[in-house]
Amino acid sequence: MNCNRLFHRLLFITAALFCCMAIVSPASAKDTIKIGVLHSLSGTMAISETTLKDTILMLVDEQNKKGGLLGKKIEAVVVDPASNWPLFAEKARELIEKDKVAAVFGCWTSVSRKSVLPVFEELDNLLFYPVQYEGEESSKNVFYTGAAPNQQAIPAVDYLMNEIGVKRWVLAGTDYVYPRTTNKILQAYLKSKGVADADIMINYTPFGHSDWQSIVADIKKFGTAGKKTAVVSTINGDANVPFYKELGNQGITADNIPVIAFSVGEEELSGIDTKPLVGHLAAWNYFMSVNDPANDEFIENWHTFIKNPNRVTNDPMEAHYIGFNMWVKAVEKAGTTDAGAVQDAIIGVTVPNLTGGYSAMMPNHHITKPVLIGEIQEDGQFEVVWQTPGLVVGDAWSDYLPGSKDLISDWRAPLKNGNFKVTK
Amino acid sequence: MFTSPKSRFPALLFILAFAMYAAFFEGLPANAAARTFDQGLEKLTQKDFNNKIQGLEQIVQSKDPQVEKLLSALLEGDLYYTQKDKEVVYATKSDGQYTTTGVLSNDVTQQVGSRSIRKIGINNNIRKKLKGWLSLLQLYHGPPRERADAVYRLLGKLSPDMVDSLKDLYEQETSHKVRQALATAIAIDTLKTGNNEAKLSALSQLKGSLHPAVKTGLINLINEKTSEQVQKKATKILQRIESRIAFYGFLETLFFGLSAGSILVLAAIGLAITFGVIGVINMAHGELIMIGAYTTWVIQQLLPHHLGLAICLAVPGAFLVSALSGIVIERSIIRFLYGRPLETLLATFGVSLVLQQAVRSVFSPLNRAVSAPDWMSGSLVLNPILSLTMNRIVIFFFCLFVFGALFLIMKKTSLGLQVRAVSQNRAMARAMGVPASRVDALTFGLGSGIAGVAGVALSQLTNVGPNLGQAYIIDSFMVVVFGGVGNLWGTLLAGLSLGTANKFIEPFSGAVLAKIIVLVFIILFIQKRPQGLFPQKGRAAG
Repeated sequence: MNCNRLFHRLLFITAALFCCMAIVSPASAKDTIKIGVLHSLSGTMAISETTLKDTILMLVDEQNKKGGLLGKKIEAVVVDPASNWPLFAEKARELIEKDKVAAVFGCWTSVSRKSVLPVFEELDNLLFYPVQYEGEESSKNVFYTGAAPNQQAIPAVDYLMNEIGVKRWVLAGTDYVYPRTTNKILQAYLKSKGVADADIMINYTPFGHSDWQSIVADIKKFGTAGKKTAVVSTINGDANVPFYKELGNQGITADNIPVIAFSVGEEELSGIDTKPLVGHLAAWNYFMSVNDPANDEFIENWHTFIKNPNRVTNDPMEAHYIGFNMWVKAVEKAGTTDAGAVQDAIIGVTVPNLTGGYSAMMPNHHITKPVLIGEIQEDGQFEVVWQTPGLVVGDAWSDYLPGSKDLISDWRAPLKNGNFKVTK
Repeated sequence: MFTSPKSRFPALLFILAFAMYAAFFEGLPANAAARTFDQGLEKLTQKDFNNKIQGLEQIVQSKDPQVEKLLSALLEGDLYYTQKDKEVVYATKSDGQYTTTGVLSNDVTQQVGSRSIRKIGINNNIRKKLKGWLSLLQLYHGPPRERADAVYRLLGKLSPDMVDSLKDLYEQETSHKVRQALATAIAIDTLKTGNNEAKLSALSQLKGSLHPAVKTGLINLINEKTSEQVQKKATKILQRIESRIAFYGFLETLFFGLSAGSILVLAAIGLAITFGVIGVINMAHGELIMIGAYTTWVIQQLLPHHLGLAICLAVPGAFLVSALSGIVIERSIIRFLYGRPLETLLATFGVSLVLQQAVRSVFSPLNRAVSAPDWMSGSLVLNPILSLTMNRIVIFFFCLFVFGALFLIMKKTSLGLQVRAVSQNRAMARAMGVPASRVDALTFGLGSGIAGVAGVALSQLTNVGPNLGQAYIIDSFMVVVFGGVGNLWGTLLAGLSLGTANKFIEPFSGAVLAKIIVLVFIILFIQKRPQGLFPQKGRAAG
C-alpha cells in the first residue's frame, strides 16, 4: 500500500510540474495582437530553439516601442513543445484555438514542421518557419523564411566545383529527412555536372553520433586518391562537435579536404574549440561578421536585450527578423490580422535583410536571399569568401529531382496551388 | 643511382643551399627587393584576397630575411595591421590587450587595445600557398626531422624545376632521414619523366614506401604504356604496398574498436557497480556522467591557462562531485525503493529529467566547449597511413587505469569486502555486523563517482551539454547486461568486444546498420544466455 501512496504522490508532483510549465504569462489585455512562439525550450532542440524564442521576444519588444501594430500592442505567447514532435501539433492547436494568435513563429526540425502542418491548414493560421530545410513542400499557411536547397546547397557545391576545383565528393549527413533529401538533390545535381558515381561517397550516421573514427578515416582514404576532395556536411546538431574534433585529430585540415556545412553556424561554433576547424566552410544567407549598418544595429539590440555582450547571432535569427518584419508589413498593408487577408497581402512584400539588401516574399511562400560562403575563423566567426552576385529565389520544388521537376507553386489568385504540374 | 657523397665542407654546403634557395625565386637587386617587400606588405592590408596573394608573392620574391617569420605569423593568425596608418605588425594577445611589434620597425613594441588593430584575414587558398612556401623554406634549415617532413609535405606537388633543386639538395644532404625523403620525391618524379632504366631503379627505391603520392604515381605508371618489365615490377610493388595498406587498415580498425570499446567500458563500469552489485536500475547514470563533464568544464574555467593540470584535477574533482550527487540521490530517493525495481526505474528516470533541466537552467542549454590539452590533441604518426589519435590513446589507458583501480577497491579494501558481502546475502551480512545501509550509500556513491570520471574522458570526445548522458545510458545497460550482471571482468570484456565488433561491421554496413546489428546480436545472445557472458557463480546468482 505504501508503494501505491508513493506512486500517487509522484504522479501528483509530476502533474503539478506539468501544470506549472503549461501556464505561461496568462496576463492578456483586450487590445493586443497575439502571436505564438512555438520553439522548444527543453529537450534536445532547446540548444538551438531557445535563441529563436528570445529573438522573437526582442522583435516584439522593438515593434511595441515603435508604437505597436494597427494601434495595438503585440503580445507574444510562448509555449514549450519540449522537442517532442506530437507535442508541437498539440501546442500549435492550443495557440490557435485557445490563445487565438494571429500568426505563429516557430519550429526547427522538419519533422516538427510536418507535425504542425495539418493543424495550420485545418485552422487556417500562419506559420513562419525560419530554418533552412529540404524543400519539396509548399503550403498555403506556411512561409519559409529559411533557405531552400537551391539557396544553400546548390550554390555551395557550385563554389567548391568552380572556385576550389573539387572533383570528388563526400556527402555526409545525419540519418533523417533533411540530409537525405538534400543529398538526393545534390547527387542528381553532381551527376548532371558529369561527376562519376565512383567520385561520390554518401554516408549517414545516427542522431548525436559521437564515434567518428572510422568514418573520418574513410574520408581520409577517399580523399587521398589524387583528386581534390571536399565533404558536404548535412550533419545535424550535437554530432558536429565530435566530428570536427576527430577531423582535427586525424590531421584533416581545410586546405587538403575542406568541409562545407549547412547546419553549423555561429551558435554551434560557440560550443567548440575552433582552432582545428579554421578554414572549414559553411554556406548560409547571413553571417554575424557581415559588415552592414543594419546588422550592427541588430547585433547591438540583441546584446542589450539578452544582457550578454558575448552572445552570437546566426542565420535562423535573421530569418525570423525578416519573417517578423514581413508579417508586420503585410498586416499593415491588409489593415487586419485576418489570416486570409495577410496571406494575400504578404506576397510581394519586401523588407531589408541584414546583409545590406532586401528580401521579398515570393508567390511560392519562399523568400529571396543572397547566398554567402564563409570560412571558420579562430574566434568562432566566419569570414565571407564568396557570395552570389544577386539574390536567389527560393525554389519549393527542386529542379533536379524527377518527381518535382515539373511542379510549380503559386499562391496568388487565380492559381492558388502549391504543387501545380506544368506539362511540357 | 643514388650514391652518398659525404660533404666535409659545411660552409660550402651552406653557400650552395643558399644559392639554391635563391634559385627557387628569381633574384632581385637589394634595393628593388626592399621595395617589393614593402609593396607586398601594403597589399596584405587590402581586403581582396587576390591582392593579398599578389602581395605575398612579392614578399616571397623579395627574399627578405623576415619572410619565413612573416609567413608563419600570417598562417598562425598573429599578423595584424593598425587601423590608423595601415602598418603591418606582429601581435600577441594577453588579457584583452595586444602587444604589437612592427614588421618594418621591429624595435617598436606597443601595448594596444583590440579596437586599434585588425587581423589580416586569410582564406584556404592563401593558407595552402603559405604552407607550400614554408615547406620550401624549411627545406634549407632546421632539424633533419622537420626538413624530412617538409619534403614529404611537398610530395605530389612538385614542379620540374623544383625537382631539379631537390636533386642538387640530395647531393649535398648528410642526414639519412632527409636523403630518404628526397630520394622518394625524386623517384616519384622519375616514374613520370625518366627512361625505362631509370624507372626501374626508381621503382626499387619506392619499394616499401606507403606514402599516398607513391601509390598515385604507381597507378599512373601502370596505366601508361611502358615496357613490360617496368609494368610487371610496378604491379608487383603496388600489390605489396596495397597488402601492407590492408594490414595497417586492419590495425587501424582494431584500434578504433578498442577505443570505442574503452568508452563503452568507462560509461558502463559505474553502472556495473550500482546495477550489477546492488541491483539498482539507475536511469540517472547518464546524468551523473554529465555532471562529471560539467565539473571538468568548471575546473577548466577556473584554470584557463593550465589545460593539462585542469584535466588532471578534474578526475578527482568529478569523482567527488558525482559521488556526492549519487549519495544524495541514494539517501533521498532510492533507499526507500530497494527491492522494487519498477519504482526505482521510474523514480531515477524522473531524477535524470530533473538533473538535465537543472543543468539547462544553471549553465544554459548551449553546449560548453572543453578544450583539449596539447598532449591530448593531434595524432601519433606511425607511418604515412597509420596514425593513432592521441586523445583516444590516452582515454584507452585511462579506462584500463580506472578499471584496475576499481578492481583493487572491490577485491582489496574492506569497503569492497563489505560490498560483496551485502550483495551476496544482505541478511547474513547484517547479522555479521556489516552496516548494510551505509554500505549501500557508499557503493552507490562509488558507482556514481566512476560515472563522473567517465564524464571527464567524454568531455574530450563529445559535447558537454544537457543531453550528454542520454546518449550513453542505453549503451551502458547493454554492456552491463551483455557482460553479466555484477561482474567487472564481464563489463570490461563486453565493452571492448562490442566496440570492436561495431567498428569491424561499420565499414560494410554503415554506422546506422552497425548499431542495429550489434543490438540484434545482443538480444539473441540474451535469449540464449540470460545471465550474460560471465554470470555470478554460486548461491548469489539466484
